[in-house]
Amino acid sequence: MENKVILTMRGISMTFPGVKALDHVDFTLRQGEIHALMGENGAGKSTLIKCLTGINAFESGEIRVDGIEGPVVNHSTLDAQKKGISTVYQEVNLCPNLSVAENLFIGREPRTKIGTINRREMNTRAAAIMKELQIDIDVTENLENFSLAIQQMIAIARAVDMECKVLILDEPTSSLDDHEVEKLFILMNKLKAQGVGIIFVTHFLEQVYAVCDRITVLRNGQLVGEYPIADLPRVKLVAAMMGKDFDDLASIKGDMAVDLSHADYYIEAQGLSHKGTIKPFDFTIKKGEVVGLTGLLGSGRTELARVLYGADKAQTGTMKVNGKEVKINAPIEAMQLGMGLLPDDRKAEGIIADLSVRENIILAMQAKQGVFRQISMKEQQEIADKYIEMLSIKTASRETLIRQLSGGNQQKVILARWLATDPDFLILDEPTRGIDIGTKTEIQKLVLKLAKEGKSIIFISSEIEEMLRTCSRMVVLRDGVKVGELTDELTQNHVMQAIAGGDTDE
Amino acid sequence: MKKKSMNSNTVLLLITIALFVVMYAAGCVVYGDKGFTHLQTFLNILINNSGLLCVACGMTCVMLTGGIDISVGSLIALDCMILAVGMEHKGMNAAVLCILVLLMGIVFGAVQGFFIGYLDIQPFIVTMAGMFFARGMTAVICSDQVSIRSNELFVKLANMKFQIPFEIGAYLNKKGKLQIPFVRIPVIIALVVLVVIFLVLRYTKFGRSLYAVGGSEQSAAMMGLDVKKTKLKAYILSSFLCSIGGICFCMNTMSASVAHATGLEMDAIASAVIGGTLLTGGVGNVVGSFFGVMITGTISTLVKTNGKLLSSWSNIAVAALLCFFIVLQSIFAMVKSRKK
Amino acid sequence: MNKLKKLTKQTLFLPIFCMLLVMLVNVIYDAACGNFAFSFFSISLRNGVLYGRLIDVLNRGSEVAILAVGMTLVVSSSAGTDISVGSVMSLSAAMCCMLLAGFGVSSANELQVPLVVGLLAGIFLGCVCGAFNGFLVAYLDIQPMVATLILFSAARAVGLLLCNNLIVYIRDKSFKVLGGYLGFIPTPIIIAAVCVAVTTILLKKTALGLYIQSVGINKKASRIAGLNSRKIILLCYIICGLCAGIAGIVNASRISSADTNNIGLNYELDAILAVALGGNSLGGGKFNLAGSIIGAYTIQAITTTLYAIGVSSDQAPVYKAVIVIIIVAVQAPPFKQYMSKRAAKRALARG
Repeated sequence: MENKVILTMRGISMTFPGVKALDHVDFTLRQGEIHALMGENGAGKSTLIKCLTGINAFESGEIRVDGIEGPVVNHSTLDAQKKGISTVYQEVNLCPNLSVAENLFIGREPRTKIGTINRREMNTRAAAIMKELQIDIDVTENLENFSLAIQQMIAIARAVDMECKVLILDEPTSSLDDHEVEKLFILMNKLKAQGVGIIFVTHFLEQVYAVCDRITVLRNGQLVGEYPIADLPRVKLVAAMMGKDFDDLASIKGDMAVDLSHADYYIEAQGLSHKGTIKPFDFTIKKGEVVGLTGLLGSGRTELARVLYGADKAQTGTMKVNGKEVKINAPIEAMQLGMGLLPDDRKAEGIIADLSVRENIILAMQAKQGVFRQISMKEQQEIADKYIEMLSIKTASRETLIRQLSGGNQQKVILARWLATDPDFLILDEPTRGIDIGTKTEIQKLVLKLAKEGKSIIFISSEIEEMLRTCSRMVVLRDGVKVGELTDELTQNHVMQAIAGGDTDE
Repeated sequence: MKKKSMNSNTVLLLITIALFVVMYAAGCVVYGDKGFTHLQTFLNILINNSGLLCVACGMTCVMLTGGIDISVGSLIALDCMILAVGMEHKGMNAAVLCILVLLMGIVFGAVQGFFIGYLDIQPFIVTMAGMFFARGMTAVICSDQVSIRSNELFVKLANMKFQIPFEIGAYLNKKGKLQIPFVRIPVIIALVVLVVIFLVLRYTKFGRSLYAVGGSEQSAAMMGLDVKKTKLKAYILSSFLCSIGGICFCMNTMSASVAHATGLEMDAIASAVIGGTLLTGGVGNVVGSFFGVMITGTISTLVKTNGKLLSSWSNIAVAALLCFFIVLQSIFAMVKSRKK
Repeated sequence: MNKLKKLTKQTLFLPIFCMLLVMLVNVIYDAACGNFAFSFFSISLRNGVLYGRLIDVLNRGSEVAILAVGMTLVVSSSAGTDISVGSVMSLSAAMCCMLLAGFGVSSANELQVPLVVGLLAGIFLGCVCGAFNGFLVAYLDIQPMVATLILFSAARAVGLLLCNNLIVYIRDKSFKVLGGYLGFIPTPIIIAAVCVAVTTILLKKTALGLYIQSVGINKKASRIAGLNSRKIILLCYIICGLCAGIAGIVNASRISSADTNNIGLNYELDAILAVALGGNSLGGGKFNLAGSIIGAYTIQAITTTLYAIGVSSDQAPVYKAVIVIIIVAVQAPPFKQYMSKRAAKRALARG
């Protein structure tokens, strides 16, 4: 049975400075279906959603909504809401300090004859809505007293009560436990039965197979395809998301392969964990080894690295560096031990936007030396020039502010920042994101070169082939747990099966 | 009905009320011989702080949005000066002057609110400029102390006493004369303001918008509230209530000078914070602020009753209390975020 | 047109432009009054010391310049201002004079303790105040202005306690030197110059300047890059307290007394205004110390000019408040967006 189409997006394109974020993407949503929108970081799913809800303006293409004549262009989320498109985000967009009932009705409160808020009616109506959704709570209590799951359901209830036809759930389950997810699914199925079309953005594969009817996959801003759930088994989905096409760039690892069997361990960690992000794990890395951390976004690959580096303090476990037991409380302590971390969120944790390229490059080196041993200006300039040339950073001059550089060049500056500290151990979290192919290969070669010099490297990427080319060992993570390690037979299929987990058909 | 869980905000309010009771009881025990136990002492605290109560109500509204208004003390000085100079030097009608002062409050608040809401400048910077502006304007109007004596209507209103019915709390003074406790007009104005603001905050869309904006500006905007307008209105309300407070203040002091009400912004902010209003916004209530005002009032009364202590002790005590409550809030916030 | 744009983009454009504007006003005013038009700039030696309005500006502007040093660092590192500096000035002065005169004494002809002890105690107390503010801001994550509001009110009150509510006069010559003359040059100018020089050397010869800006721009990234942002913010507040302490003592020496109620009154406004006038964003991040210093003297020039025109010291804040608001409003992103939108529209209309 083919249901009525309620939303179509055709040929949506949009560019951010320097990056084609969406390239002629199509998307179709039918009445009463749960439609998963999948893709790795930077694939363009959140951009697509933002185009739909009016946060971003798209450049070409058109959106049509059932019941509205002509193409639809939203200018704000409010606009979209009025047209029946509501969004519920991972970060609940409600007011925690107001009661449940108020959150349901704010902006459209029932009034008394003299224009004041009719609290009694508001509460009764809120209670009725909650009862219908089988959520048993006291609607007069403040929102913050409830778990995130309940808050999310209240946000959904608000959207549904405002008569939405299209409900977008953007990573709603990221901070929920299994039991809460279960509850959310019941609610989603209920809404589906009522004829609401749901767009479900998530990175949990199990959940997609648990509730969705259809999957649309995006990669690098392009549409990979739209599939009924039955036609796309897990491994195929992972392949669609991560890109299966082996590129023919010569295997750069081959001639550089090193025998590590006699090398010393650089890090030996046991039972490290950080509450809420990563469960206890063991980890070792040898000198000169390149280890890949793989898993989907949110699997704990970033979080594991952050714990090693002390960016998130380890709450349990022990760690040895160079055979000596250490306790790392802050990044600077890790740096003194010779570590470095290139974070995945470049804008929030990488660049110091208003400082020059030179200052950004020498920052970590300076921090390591201490405040009183300033690197002389001449030396700073030499270092900056050296790395600008070595990494071919495209910048007007070394004194240009880093925020004026393109994303890829900013990334190279941050990489230069760490290379300048001459680290023994480097964690590279998505170092090649938003960088053109040529530079990607350069960075991969650089990684191998550093390893040959005896440096240990953790490499995290959402592109598997990139990791296959550089890493000699892969650690696989799923849902905050380290689920395995692969050393032999590092092939795309093996890795994907390990990432996907569950039924490994094919 | 399930029993509502105690959250940290309720705890803060309970601490405040307990503090007030303890402080007042201590005053009764220590200074009982100086008349602290009489009902009139309590009413005097109300009379003396009626202006502050109005200001604290306005401050609470602004702080609910996550902002702050430190122009209030200076604005009161300006209000008093306009009233005093108008009556004494120009011989104007008291009622007209009061309306003028209230209008000025609205305009003053609107300008501040525009800068904060629509130009997105930090509230502290804007109201600090407002604070110096108003204090300077006071000096521009007149740099001497002006006493209000000649305006009959105003003097009559200021001296009006409302005795407590049924002689509750009445006592015989040393000469054996029956003293019936009384309040003055400012107290009645302030209590009306308190009740009105309480109802506004609880039962109007504007009131709830203040909470929503303070709870999460982004969410409030997402849910269709006009955040900028809400902020503008909050600052208008604050300055308007401050002007009402200024009239009350003037009735109590019957004078004006450039140095009038210096540091009152501190008392108002302290009252709101002590009363459980979060500096980060979104949580608070004028009932709490009422107790906050009573606490700061009790402190200064205690210092005055002692007679030997310098008046700056009351400033220090209020500042210390403010510090204590701010740190408490910050710790609660840290615990809360750690739980998540 | 393009050249003009380039000129206005210069970092020191705003403070120097304002300074020139103030001077121009002076020239016009003097000419209009029938005086020698450039009397603002004339410097002479009278009674063996330098004399003239320019010298007066440099002399009286010393306190603001010293405060501006600390305030610049605070604004840069924490995106907030320290509004307690005026009160801390008065507290430091009170502490210093109380020690020198002895507690409860309103006038002293001889020092009770060596001068150095009094000075150091006053300055140390300033540092303590700064550390208190810094602790609240850096370690308890309290908004800077709320945190400093506590001392804004309490420091002056404590000062009054220290002085037993009296104005403490110190009639010793050695104390007067600080606010008087060293040779023929006013000492405050020298002290301000030393403060600025020491800070400049500190910023140039160590990586502190880089650290402060880095923390002010992006706390998280700075942490990952190995900086301890809390410590750096704390340090900035301590330096600010130190500056307030020095400024307070200079001011006390100038009037040879600790007038706790009036020392440092309204100075917080001047200091913040100096930072803003210096072209620094009150939103934190990059800073320009030279700009702040020029800004500070510009403020003093404005003040002196206002006094010359006949505005009393009580009334001067009106004008300064208006200037502050205008500067901050012009820096505000919504205003900039509005202007660029208008410019774009105009360009569209033209071609």
